[in-house]
Amino acid sequence: MNILSSIVEKSTSLVSIPFVVEKTAKVIPMPLQIKGVHLFLKAKGKVWKGKPVPVFNESPIPDVSTLAIEDIDVSNPFLFKQNMWGSYFKRLRDECPVHYQKNSPFGPFWSITRYEDIVFVDKRHDLFSAEPIIVIGDRPEGMAIETFIAMDPPKHDVQRQAVQNVVAPKNLVEMEGLIRSRAVDVLDNLPIDEPFDWVEKVSVELTSRMLATLFDFPYEDRRKLAYWSDVIAASPETTGGECSADEMFLGAAEMATYFTKLWREKEAKKAAGEEMGYDLISLLLTNEKTKNMIDRPMEFMGNLALLIVGGNDTTRNSMTGGILALNQFPDEFVKLKKDPTLIPNMVSEIIRWQTPLAYMRRVAKEDVEVNGKTIKKGDKVVMWYVSGNRDERQIEQPDEFMIDRKRARNHLSFGFGVHRCMGNRLAEMQLRILWEELLKRFDNIEVLDEPEYVQSNFVKGYTKMMVKITAKAE
Amino acid sequence: MGSITFIEHDGNRHEVDIEEGSSLMQAALDNSVPGVDADCGGECACGTCHVIVDKKWASVAGIATEVENQMLDMTPEKAATSRLSCQVKVTEAMDGMVVRLPEFQM
Ligand code: HEM
Ligand code: FES
Repeated sequence: MNILSSIVEKSTSLVSIPFVVEKTAKVIPMPLQIKGVHLFLKAKGKVWKGKPVPVFNESPIPDVSTLAIEDIDVSNPFLFKQNMWGSYFKRLRDECPVHYQKNSPFGPFWSITRYEDIVFVDKRHDLFSAEPIIVIGDRPEGMAIETFIAMDPPKHDVQRQAVQNVVAPKNLVEMEGLIRSRAVDVLDNLPIDEPFDWVEKVSVELTSRMLATLFDFPYEDRRKLAYWSDVIAASPETTGGECSADEMFLGAAEMATYFTKLWREKEAKKAAGEEMGYDLISLLLTNEKTKNMIDRPMEFMGNLALLIVGGNDTTRNSMTGGILALNQFPDEFVKLKKDPTLIPNMVSEIIRWQTPLAYMRRVAKEDVEVNGKTIKKGDKVVMWYVSGNRDERQIEQPDEFMIDRKRARNHLSFGFGVHRCMGNRLAEMQLRILWEELLKRFDNIEVLDEPEYVQSNFVKGYTKMMVKITAKAE
Repeated sequence: MGSITFIEHDGNRHEVDIEEGSSLMQAALDNSVPGVDADCGGECACGTCHVIVDKKWASVAGIATEVENQMLDMTPEKAATSRLSCQVKVTEAMDGMVVRLPEFQM
């Protein structure tokens, strides 16, 4: 969710780019402009804010007890990959809940690790700004797309209101049937009693289908949505990810081509007086305030990118995480099979347990004291939801996965305050549908090996998880 | 001791006793009124404890603060007398008050 959410920041050498793109939008097609920016940057060489793009080489992460507190650096993109994060954040919560790391590869930043403090920071958009980007690293040059996740009120509120109805519960009711039938089709075609990769065959496929439904996107090209999301959200300079700037720009250009075409097709349909659907573009086209959004390409692309990235690996990794959790806590699987009415509560518990987005970043707008430490104006502040969701001060037995947990909805995974996840009901619906349909068909879903994890300090997720499923006895 | 009535979107009514000093959200949760999620537990930070106060009772319930309105703006069901129930403190003056629940919390 990072690069494209990075918007408004004016990178010194390229101040004019967002402006130029906006002004020339009607003359030069957007994809060509994105390519232009890319070529320009390529010619300049691989520098980033005058520094080389960081290179991350994996090495084993030490036991946290061997480190001095000031040396703890939770921005390390291998912390989740090596599944070492639990002890690191526990130490911070216990010993130094508001922690300063002064020289990470992403520059200095504060870590907020306790539940209560995180709620405070997330609520106080008057003290902490989401601009210009919500990941730890700085924005890659030239990506000046506007997304409201990285805007402060009042601008944020206007932009969000323009698109939020597409994922409003009323609209979801309209989409549920189609989303379910597309999910059923995936599940009915899974191999039985033989190993396969759950991430690839189920999680990625289902989220791609869901997004294709949401956008009424050409169904046969749906995996492109997952691909764009992956390349857009995984550059080394923003989150320590593995995607190159080349891939990112090509992905963004291709995405712009597709969506411009889709918009024009729907526009023609509207002009011809045909009935409009419940998909995002149709809704934008039928709303007075947004019907000309394509003339504001940075906003158009930004909103699309935010939904594609926001709705993609978050839900995807919750689909994988739920299976893993039930394998690690087999009694809960038994409980679930006995009482499927627990599914909605379990969905919240899965989202807490997984915490698909590890954090959101803010910048202090003035000097602020948080839990005894003074954060200076201009400092980066990272709210580690992944830590707050395991804060024993707030949540009982937080490392346990309990599908009947009391107040399971009170977790941090969707954030709080004006930026609270816009897609949270859609995410919950998809997971609910998945589990309802899984329980109808399968008796067991066995995880065969340790899963493989994503390299990132932001996306907490999986690249591979081998499973074997057993069909329910007829 | 008086009571407050919650009416669900489908018309189901729930009368709950007034417990002075607690929030309207807490009153709903304590009495298992369906349709109030309260995801943030009363922090005015999630918007999922939305209620629409009956017009006659609007002045007793009071008006939404700026932050509250910002959260309420995220739901298409926002009405003139919408409140986040966690921000409404229950008083004896609310005896007989009627509040309606939206179709969806979001
Ligand atoms: C389990 C799945 C998901 C998780 C864990 C998640 C998490 C988050 C988080 C942490 C935020 C920022 C909250 C803050 O800053 O306080 C956010 C914002 C957002 N999410 Fe999600 N998300 C999920 C699914 C989705 C889906 C399915 C969509 C849409 C298709 C979506 C769209 C958005 C948008 C548009 C925002 C920006 C809201 C704003 O800034 O006002 N998310 N999400
Ligand atoms: S409980 Fe979250 S806003 Fe009221």
